[in-house]
Amino acid sequence: MDSESLEAPWMAARPTVRSTVPRRRNVGDRVFRLLTASFGLTLLLVVASIFLVLCYQSRDAVRTFRWAFLTTSVWDPVAREFGALPLIYGTIVSSLLALAQAIPLSVGTALFLSELAPSWVRAPVSFLVELLATIPSVVYGLWGIFVLVPWMRSYIGPALSGTLGFLPMFSGPNYGVGMLTASMILAVMIVPYITSVAHEVFQAVPAAQREAALALGATRWEMIRLAVLPYGRTGVIGAVMLGLGRAIGETMAVTMVIGNRADVSLSVFAPASTMASVIANEFTEATYDLYLQALVEVGLVLLVVTVVVNVLARLLVWRVAAPAGGGH
Amino acid sequence: MRMVRGGLAALLLGLVFCGNAAAQMQLNGAGATFPYPMYSKWFNLYIQVDPDTRFNYQSIGSGGGIKQITEQTVDFGATDGPMSDEQLRAAPGRILHFPTVMGAVVVTYNAEGIATGLKLTPEAIAGIFLGKITKWNDPALAATNPGVTLPPRDIVVVHRSDGSGTSYIFTDYLSKVSREWNNKVGKGTSVNWPVGLGGKGNEGVTGLVKQTPFSLGYVELIYAQSNSLPFADVKNKTGAFVSPSLESVTAAAAAFADTMPDDFRVSITDAPGANAYPISGMTWLLVYEKQKDAEKGKKLVRFLDWMMHDGQQHAAVLHYAPLPAQVLAKEAVALRAVTGPDGAPLAGH
Repeated sequence: MDSESLEAPWMAARPTVRSTVPRRRNVGDRVFRLLTASFGLTLLLVVASIFLVLCYQSRDAVRTFRWAFLTTSVWDPVAREFGALPLIYGTIVSSLLALAQAIPLSVGTALFLSELAPSWVRAPVSFLVELLATIPSVVYGLWGIFVLVPWMRSYIGPALSGTLGFLPMFSGPNYGVGMLTASMILAVMIVPYITSVAHEVFQAVPAAQREAALALGATRWEMIRLAVLPYGRTGVIGAVMLGLGRAIGETMAVTMVIGNRADVSLSVFAPASTMASVIANEFTEATYDLYLQALVEVGLVLLVVTVVVNVLARLLVWRVAAPAGGGH
Repeated sequence: MRMVRGGLAALLLGLVFCGNAAAQMQLNGAGATFPYPMYSKWFNLYIQVDPDTRFNYQSIGSGGGIKQITEQTVDFGATDGPMSDEQLRAAPGRILHFPTVMGAVVVTYNAEGIATGLKLTPEAIAGIFLGKITKWNDPALAATNPGVTLPPRDIVVVHRSDGSGTSYIFTDYLSKVSREWNNKVGKGTSVNWPVGLGGKGNEGVTGLVKQTPFSLGYVELIYAQSNSLPFADVKNKTGAFVSPSLESVTAAAAAFADTMPDDFRVSITDAPGANAYPISGMTWLLVYEKQKDAEKGKKLVRFLDWMMHDGQQHAAVLHYAPLPAQVLAKEAVALRAVTGPDGAPLAGH
């Protein structure tokens, strides 16, 4: 995920600076080049070895369950049956629900900070938003257990099922812990990432664009809609994907509030389980080899899902960037 | 000048190193988390008995403990559930089980108006965890609790989400008392729970039960006590309702003392004694019968001997139940089977 932030998609368009000075044989330069190249290679090697080790350590589980591992939904260590579908479902749905809550909140905050906020508000607010990113996830989990879960049980849940209870999504018993609570914690955790990246993206919009819109008689809102948002679209999508990547991998806070039940349920109040949480829960006491291998295979699936999400994000950014890219 | 200083430093380092290596020996162990507080207390106390032996114990879980002793990366392992025959066969040598202390798993709950000591039958507990008994005022609960006003509310079942010895003891008990549980769910450190919410760790389950109105779950005795949560009396094999306590847990092991197999791989749930609390469990240390290193083996045997005698007195302070005398006597016999690499017994020096 960090590599994502280092090379965010909107930066891809920036031309690489090449030296115009004729290349000289300089020992220092060559050493430096070799050194940095080896650092780059090390990263590649780490990723490749993670992938290979996961494949190797789960080979028996892969051979035993084949595709059923991804398509069946019984996770029963006693009967030696492992189907990861509920875990994959839990990971994807909790992350998407988190995005649905986090995107309006963070894009709104970023717009406020870059377009509307007076400067004495901007600095402290953006500092606080970034501070959110430094809170350890176990602390979020504790906050979830002691604050969010009781709220969910007594206020948020009943309000939702009272008004939207006819939808299968908001029906069923509400225990306080569950998919929705986990997604809310995730949303709070990814808001700082999306906000601070989106904020930077909006700040990078040239003042001339804004002034042009205002000069044509646009209101503040029209200026944002016509000049700022289209210009920052690619960057915002990159920011959202950064948040999604973080949500998919989050373990501790989710484990503490999701209810840990490997079931596929339409209701967002129902307890669920994610790939990361099941590994954290069961790895230490996985008492036989196939069980351990099944957990490693869950890790492999998690890695593949993360890679697929990132590739999709890149494709999306390219598609979106193509028409806008011609403008400058 | 520089050379001299370097030489001096090397000499000093060498001295420190030699001194340490000759006097002290470190025994490495890994495994169960449930007895960890007890073990770390024992290892601390044991420094006064034998200042030259130091222990390094990593509470990574029973599964990890079994794995590491099998791979011989540690000197001893620890587990909350006995190793299976299959696991024992996978080890390069014969592994012995030594019970150390015992604990109780209690059914704890949070229901307005129900104080501690709700009386539960094995059928009621199995029914609740199977999802067949869903209301607090179910006849199965009402029958054994006359005079208690049971609310007409749904029971929110809470179980452990992480693999644990606590879950093993609890599901082992349910498998013994309910045929349906045995067929549908079975026993293990993690099972496919028919109903309920999962909390991570004893503290996670305690937290969920404490917060969720009309919930019911299972935790180790100490967690229910220290959080002043009410817990149930459970009907045992003789028909008596027994409250979990250190005495009733020791009684459960005592009830099995005569029939205990020589390798101590036995579960003491659903014990037959009149005072026995039925959801009790032992925890074991795992040691190779033939020690690779005679010196280390000797130290380990001496520690086990101390644990069986003086060590047991410290159990109750940490809310672990000490082993009954009959079991300890049997263990002392088993300890004599531990030998060095040459086959000579290590005990009694």
